[in-house]
Amino acid sequence: MSDKKKELKPNTYKFDTLSLHAGYQPHKNAGSRQVPIYQTTSYLFDDVDHAAALFNLERGGHIYSRISNPTVGVLEERVASLEGGTAALATSSGMSAIFLTVMTLCEAGDHLVVSSQLYGGTVNLFRLTLPKFGIKCTFVKPRDTEGFKKAIQKNTKGIFGELVGNPGNEIMNMPEIAKIAHDAGIPLMVDATYQTPYLCKPFEHGADIVIHSLTKWMAGHGSSMAGILVEGGKFDWMQNDKFPTMTKPYEGYHGLSFAEEFGPTAFTMKARAEGMRDFGPCLSPQNAWNVLQGIETLSVRMKKHCSNAEEMVKYLSNHESVAWVSHPSAPNHPDAELANKLLPNGKGSMIAFGIKGGKDAGVAFINNVKLASHLANVGDTRTLVIHPASGTHSQMDEATLKFAGLSHDMIRLSVGIEDIDDIKNDFEIGFRAARKPRLVSNQ
Amino acid sequence: MKFKVNGHEAFASTGGRPFDKKKPLIIFVHGSGLTHMTWVLQTRYFAFHGYNSLAVDLPGHGLSGGKSLKSIEEMADWVSDVIDAVGHKEASLVGHSQGCLVTVECTSRYPNKIKTLSLMGGAGAIPMNPELLSLAENNDPKAVDLMMDWAHGPAGHFGGHPVPGLYHINTGTMLAKSRTIENTLGVDFRACDNYKNGFEAAKKIKCPTLSILATDDKMCPVKEGKKLANLIDGSQVDIIDNCGHMMLLEEADRVLTVLKKFITTNYPPLSS
Ligand SMILES: Cc1ncc(COP(=O)(O)O)c(C=O)c1O
Repeated sequence: MSDKKKELKPNTYKFDTLSLHAGYQPHKNAGSRQVPIYQTTSYLFDDVDHAAALFNLERGGHIYSRISNPTVGVLEERVASLEGGTAALATSSGMSAIFLTVMTLCEAGDHLVVSSQLYGGTVNLFRLTLPKFGIKCTFVKPRDTEGFKKAIQKNTKGIFGELVGNPGNEIMNMPEIAKIAHDAGIPLMVDATYQTPYLCKPFEHGADIVIHSLTKWMAGHGSSMAGILVEGGKFDWMQNDKFPTMTKPYEGYHGLSFAEEFGPTAFTMKARAEGMRDFGPCLSPQNAWNVLQGIETLSVRMKKHCSNAEEMVKYLSNHESVAWVSHPSAPNHPDAELANKLLPNGKGSMIAFGIKGGKDAGVAFINNVKLASHLANVGDTRTLVIHPASGTHSQMDEATLKFAGLSHDMIRLSVGIEDIDDIKNDFEIGFRAARKPRLVSNQ
Repeated sequence: MKFKVNGHEAFASTGGRPFDKKKPLIIFVHGSGLTHMTWVLQTRYFAFHGYNSLAVDLPGHGLSGGKSLKSIEEMADWVSDVIDAVGHKEASLVGHSQGCLVTVECTSRYPNKIKTLSLMGGAGAIPMNPELLSLAENNDPKAVDLMMDWAHGPAGHFGGHPVPGLYHINTGTMLAKSRTIENTLGVDFRACDNYKNGFEAAKKIKCPTLSILATDDKMCPVKEGKKLANLIDGSQVDIIDNCGHMMLLEEADRVLTVLKKFITTNYPPLSS
């Protein structure tokens, strides 16, 4: 042995390796190198004792694919590993992951503090649907850090936000807001769909639960709906009496105290045992497999998404047809410093920009681009565009648009991984049409 | 459940069933820096099958009060005190890693109280790597990361938790970081390093004993586990392939099956 002392270093697998391998051991699956698709609803019990043991959570294992499935389980472990989380629960869509998170945390009479810049579907859930279950929310602008603190009430059970607000790209000060949540004895939940763990791991900045619409960049190819909730494992549910269904013998699950029995994985255990049993938004094994396939190339794709997005920010910022550009990589972004701290590997591929000529120009642009796809999704490998004022939000007047952080001239762009010159050339066609909207918009 | 041991509040999971004085008692003792939660895939089974299953948090660990005990001998006495504190005269002991040193010492000290002994990833001595010991005593989270790396075999490193959706290494890391590292892992590692009586204690053990060892265990390799087992009269050994030091989670089912057979044969449950 050499005299030179080698520094001890943990040799646990790193991000790119985990993206390909985490959650799966071929030798336990007939040597199959690819993750098998367990296309089954249910699983044989060895005997009645084994059946009872599975139902009582005495043993791990699968019972029925609404509750868990081996292919879906690989995806859950893989995302937990990439996020640095203790456990995860995959769902049929991002929305069902958000709903399940809230339903695992809250009861009727509870309250949440929520960022006002969220995906529209999430806003509807918090503003209109959750009140039907007796859960009320107070909305706070993402940059109003103090506002989150002020909005906390006695019955507040958590804070929810997206790191980079949609569509305004305002950045929430996650470390500060996590501190506010923890000082109040409540968890911070972050929808990190736009970042993926490649760009940001919210647990490192104080988040307690991370949610993804896997439909987007994680799956990446615009093929499959899926969602997931991931648990950080640090939050102490027993520090106060705010979470009795986690900490006390719970009638909803045979007198089990989830926090006492499962500690750092208690939230996921409850979300599965209760939430999947009662609401049932399970992910199909085929879609889980499709998402796994996407995650295998996550870091390769995210690098290209981000570099293409930065190129597009430069291109758009210097373009005569563009009034303004919003992206955390833009030097004039008001949260540039925070963005550099929280998103060191890239700022994501969602850009909003204003087209000169207002609504008509926006319509002409959208109707004339050929490569960019006009549709209601984000995070595809392909470049996507939408003009909210004429499409998804066409029924809104000027004031309501403004409240939602939108404007008539705004185009939302999800930058794909095509050759950057082809995307720019396509945009030139759109801009050319937009400069003479009346001539071409009705073609 | 919470109860008092020597004036300090102690916590033990009862595996999801209320404590019942009539049932025989099994006490599970966790490894360095860890908590009762490492036993969740064994304790609940015994609790639902005619036993009082007590997975304790050692003083200063998990949900137990007090300060961490500084020597294996003190921990062994504490485990014996737990038996008294819950109103029992005897118990079966199950230990993991450092918990093996504790239960071996306890069984040799209180031969009339301890009815069976089950050791997972045990050895007669656990000398610590000096650098790892120093990191833990200096509250460096790297100590936990190194321990998690070495403690897990393929299941930990690739995944494949028996409970769907759980990820081994990060769960273990969170358990070990749930309280101040220097006060838990640091004190425990020093206690392991100081303990020299394991082989002598083993020679005194007369109760039925089981050792479960794993081929990929880097912390207490099979060779060391066998050395200890060979000193105990008539002890059984079970070796698990493709598994690391955290066998109680990595191969929870296999461990439970072996443990179930051993304990129910040698220390029968209260039949319902
Ligand atoms: C940030 C964000 N969260 C959640 C969702 C909802 O996810 P899904 O469409 O998979 O239900 C979306 C969908 O667009 C989203 O963009």
